[in-house]
Amino acid sequence: MIRRPVDTGSPDRLYTVTGGRSHPVDTAVFDLVTLVVSECDPTPGMQSEHVRILTLCRHPAAVVEIAADLQLPITVVRILLEDLLAAGRITARRPRAAAAADLPESALLKEVLHGLRNL
Amino acid sequence: MDSAISEATSRAPERTPLADAADTGLKIVVVGGFGVGKTTLVRSVSEIRPLNTEEYMTQAGVGVDETSGVAHKTTTTVAFDFGRISLNETMVLYLFGAPGQERFWFLWDRLFSGTLGAVVLVDTRRMSDSWYAIDRLEHHRTPFVVAVNRFDDDAAYYSLDEIRQALSLPAHIPLLDCDARVRSDGKHVLITLVDHLYKLALAQETTS
Ligand SMILES: Nc1nc2c(ncn2[C@@H]2O[C@H](COP(=O)(O)OP(=O)(O)O)[C@@H](O)[C@H]2O)c(=O)[nH]1
Ligand SMILES: [Mg+2]
Repeated sequence: MIRRPVDTGSPDRLYTVTGGRSHPVDTAVFDLVTLVVSECDPTPGMQSEHVRILTLCRHPAAVVEIAADLQLPITVVRILLEDLLAAGRITARRPRAAAAADLPESALLKEVLHGLRNL
Repeated sequence: MDSAISEATSRAPERTPLADAADTGLKIVVVGGFGVGKTTLVRSVSEIRPLNTEEYMTQAGVGVDETSGVAHKTTTTVAFDFGRISLNETMVLYLFGAPGQERFWFLWDRLFSGTLGAVVLVDTRRMSDSWYAIDRLEHHRTPFVVAVNRFDDDAAYYSLDEIRQALSLPAHIPLLDCDARVRSDGKHVLITLVDHLYKLALAQETTS
């Protein structure tokens, strides 16, 4: 088994950013490709990570894009997003939510194919 | 604190934002060994420069001996990159480049559950790298296609038939050549995958 620790210094940063919370976040709400949209502007005094998320999500942005921009691991970003969601500051468009409700899988895939062919 | 806001605003990314109507994110994962051309493939089809991110992996997550009762929890990270393709006003496809090495697969469910399908990218000079990826995708029941990224300095030119045999790849799984640097090739790989998925879905819908 290959087991090569890449980075072992991060838990401190996790603690600082999330205020020590590290409970498992519901990954079904914040999938990597859940699209996040701000519902308000940042306000003075807000935690800087929250400010950056609200700024970035003026247009929809996926969880994984937010993580890349904030240079924070996915787990940390999920915790930050959960706080913002609980406070009503963002909304989350879960993957395939719209499609799954009224489209069979094949119809969804047909739309994907159509989009790719038009690239 | 005002300064925090202006600093954050000035650091907003320069890439084109998604359409405001975007509501459906989709995932496709490109798996393969180091240097096989994953990032190159993602870059060739993505509308944004590939971005990097990482996820924590605790030792418990890598299946290390948990019976030893060692209390310390070493945290490592696994890095991956991704690109983006807006398919229409509402649908956005995210394309992930994921390292195929063993420890990565412990994160599969946390990161890639709900993935439409996968592309196994093969370098014929290191074919054995692909065996493990194929085995793991089968284990996770993720449908996939296999794309052979031909490198110029590859002396032995194996035919697709020879590669199919070497990988013990069943006949129904699409296998194709590509040059990961060429956009039309990357696009063709994705279309081959989604067409494969479409046929699988149709077959399932008519039998259920
Ligand atoms: N000659 C040739 N070089 C390639 C091809 N695809 C990728 N490369 C090069 O191989 C190197 C590794 O590719 P990269 O995409 O970073 O691999 P990754 O580790 O799988 O993400 C880079 O220098 C690429 O420019 C190809 O089809 N032909
Ligand atoms: Mg890479």
